[in-house]
Amino acid sequence: MRLARSAEQAQFAAALHEMLTDADGPGADSEPGGDGALRAARRWAAGDRVPGLALWRTLAGLGVTALAVPEHCGGAGATPSDVVVACEELGHHAVPGPVAESVAAVPQLLVMLRDGHLCDEHLSTGWLRGLAAGDLIATLAMPPRLPYGVDADAAGLVLLVEADTVYLGVPGARHQSVDGTRWLFEICGEQVLARGPAVVAAAARALDFGALASAAQLLGAGRALLEASVRHARQRAQFGRPIGAFQAVKHHLADVAIRLEFARPLLDAAAVALADGSATASRDVSAAKVACADAAYLTARSALQVHGAMGYTQEHDLGLWLTKVRALVPAWGTQAEHRALVMAALTGEGGSPRS
Amino acid sequence: MNIDLAAFRAEVRDWLAAHVPAEPLPSVDTAEGFARHREWERELAAARLAVVSWPAEYGGRDASLLEWLVFEEEYHAAAAPVRVGQNGLFLLAPTLFAHGTAEQRDRLLPPMATADDVWAQAWSEPEAGSDLAAIRASAVRADGGWLLSGAKTWSSRAALADRAFGLFRSDPAAERHRGLTYLLFDLHAKGVTVRPIRQLGGEAGFAEIFLDGVFVPDTDVVGAPGDGWRIAMSTASHERGLSLRSPGRFSAAAARLVGLWQRAGDPADTALRDRVVDAWIGARAYRLHTFATAARLGAGGALGVESSLGKVFWSELDVALHETAMDLLGPHAELRGQPAPDGRWLGDYLFSLAGPIYAGTNEIQRTLIAERLLGLPK
Repeated sequence: MRLARSAEQAQFAAALHEMLTDADGPGADSEPGGDGALRAARRWAAGDRVPGLALWRTLAGLGVTALAVPEHCGGAGATPSDVVVACEELGHHAVPGPVAESVAAVPQLLVMLRDGHLCDEHLSTGWLRGLAAGDLIATLAMPPRLPYGVDADAAGLVLLVEADTVYLGVPGARHQSVDGTRWLFEICGEQVLARGPAVVAAAARALDFGALASAAQLLGAGRALLEASVRHARQRAQFGRPIGAFQAVKHHLADVAIRLEFARPLLDAAAVALADGSATASRDVSAAKVACADAAYLTARSALQVHGAMGYTQEHDLGLWLTKVRALVPAWGTQAEHRALVMAALTGEGGSPRS
Repeated sequence: MNIDLAAFRAEVRDWLAAHVPAEPLPSVDTAEGFARHREWERELAAARLAVVSWPAEYGGRDASLLEWLVFEEEYHAAAAPVRVGQNGLFLLAPTLFAHGTAEQRDRLLPPMATADDVWAQAWSEPEAGSDLAAIRASAVRADGGWLLSGAKTWSSRAALADRAFGLFRSDPAAERHRGLTYLLFDLHAKGVTVRPIRQLGGEAGFAEIFLDGVFVPDTDVVGAPGDGWRIAMSTASHERGLSLRSPGRFSAAAARLVGLWQRAGDPADTALRDRVVDAWIGARAYRLHTFATAARLGAGGALGVESSLGKVFWSELDVALHETAMDLLGPHAELRGQPAPDGRWLGDYLFSLAGPIYAGTNEIQRTLIAERLLGLPK
């Protein structure tokens, strides 16, 4: 059983963490303080994509965008576990942009379309090469579960999946998200890329990969929120003592640590199940998404409570994670949908639940 | 480590299928049930399945942690009887392996494995519950041993067990964590009075123990006199961590809960359905986490304060799972002595309520997590 992360994966996560924390890294600009990724996120929210796109370039340089792309298409042909490691670290640093889409779901969809000869091989191969090299960022809408294309204006490839059809999409009306770094676009299908029953299975697998990646982002965001809360609770003094010395605060944060700790093995096991093509892979992804989203949301609530009014301001970085967690909890399938899918799988009902 | 995992699982499964009593045994906390459970332990021991993780010389199979977890999964999936000797098997035995002498292991472990000696724990006292280091029961030096006096309480299985292990204050002048000694005593010795305490479910699952000058020879001191706190805490880590609540128990209960939902659930009640799913997800998380921990320990890692994370998680999972079963059974949930397949839910529910209290309350665990794992100030 492959449950623990390998030494290579731990090194990979550490390298990403270091790069994303770097105050002078690619996200940094003339503003002082904070880590580069967080400043890139703030600029992204303000409509300035330059530092964020530079950050994505650097992530590509570290291999993140190539993970889910097969080697014969210029990628790393890495495992879903590697994608989870990367996406968790991206969530840990509130990296802006269509992370689950571009790093996980779209590459998986394109691979399935290409390998199944469902679309023009020249096109899909070119896009996969572009994604792997970092020349291309992709986004995806798949109503009703993914009604909008996130950051479609920053994406060189916009896809729309409706029923049994994949379209090349164009961004329409733009909406704001509670997470200021997520710009939501209505997507219109412009040109049919692939159509047919096999597209449904490919789309279902892409949804699994997107849900897995978003679960990893949520777990990473949860970790960041807990770390920020512990730091704050040690520094902030009231009644002459650090607030972290009060049992009410301790127990809030202990509960958070427990939930995050027991969400991780579900996430890791779901990645292994997807890699193995296990018959329970979809169910396992749903279980992981439910647990990671619940854990991250509990963490967000507790983090805000521990930070008090400071955490409720836009000035404080905490809000970058608080709002991202709120946006990602129901993305890639709501909690109710995923719980229903788990039960359907357990009781042998529902056939192919994602069709 | 040389047992093939799948073959071992098959052997355990087949043996249990052939030997687990068709009718559940009477409660272990009745005299008749206790005797029947002792017989069951002898059957297990004869098949060398009582203590698979112990060395062969003491009746075990040198099984790895992973193999032990597999054994436990099969054991719970087969709904096999409660382990009457669990206090000894899961708390005292690991302590003897870590801190006992060869003479103690040779003398104490074989009869423990066959349940000829059933052990009770004697930690808590009327004035030392969560604050366990406030122990007052004393051990006074005597010729060739110690004289124990005082009161112990909430001693699981003590009403019917043979022997007990616990902490006693041997040096009243020392700092409170340093003046304690880990001692073993006979529950039928002169000067011991056991008063059974009926629990919420009606049976005497634990007892008070009164000691009045009970003699214990030096050979029944575990570790060095005065070192009892450190030794007991290593036992407590076992209790909270892997050994007391193996995931097989929750996996089996979660599978039964899904079955109960299929039989008795209202498909329109999605709120209750979601609780069933959450219980199943929680049991899966605990299983995966435990297997990962076992792999880490097998590779030379150590189990420390993170055992507190697991203790809170499994005890709350257990309560939530059984509350969900109670709600699924609806107006029938209160009924004692229901026929199979739902006969276990009420008793198991009541038992689950004790989980957040014993082995260190969940409040104590949360404080440990906050201070030792997260680094929050005392």
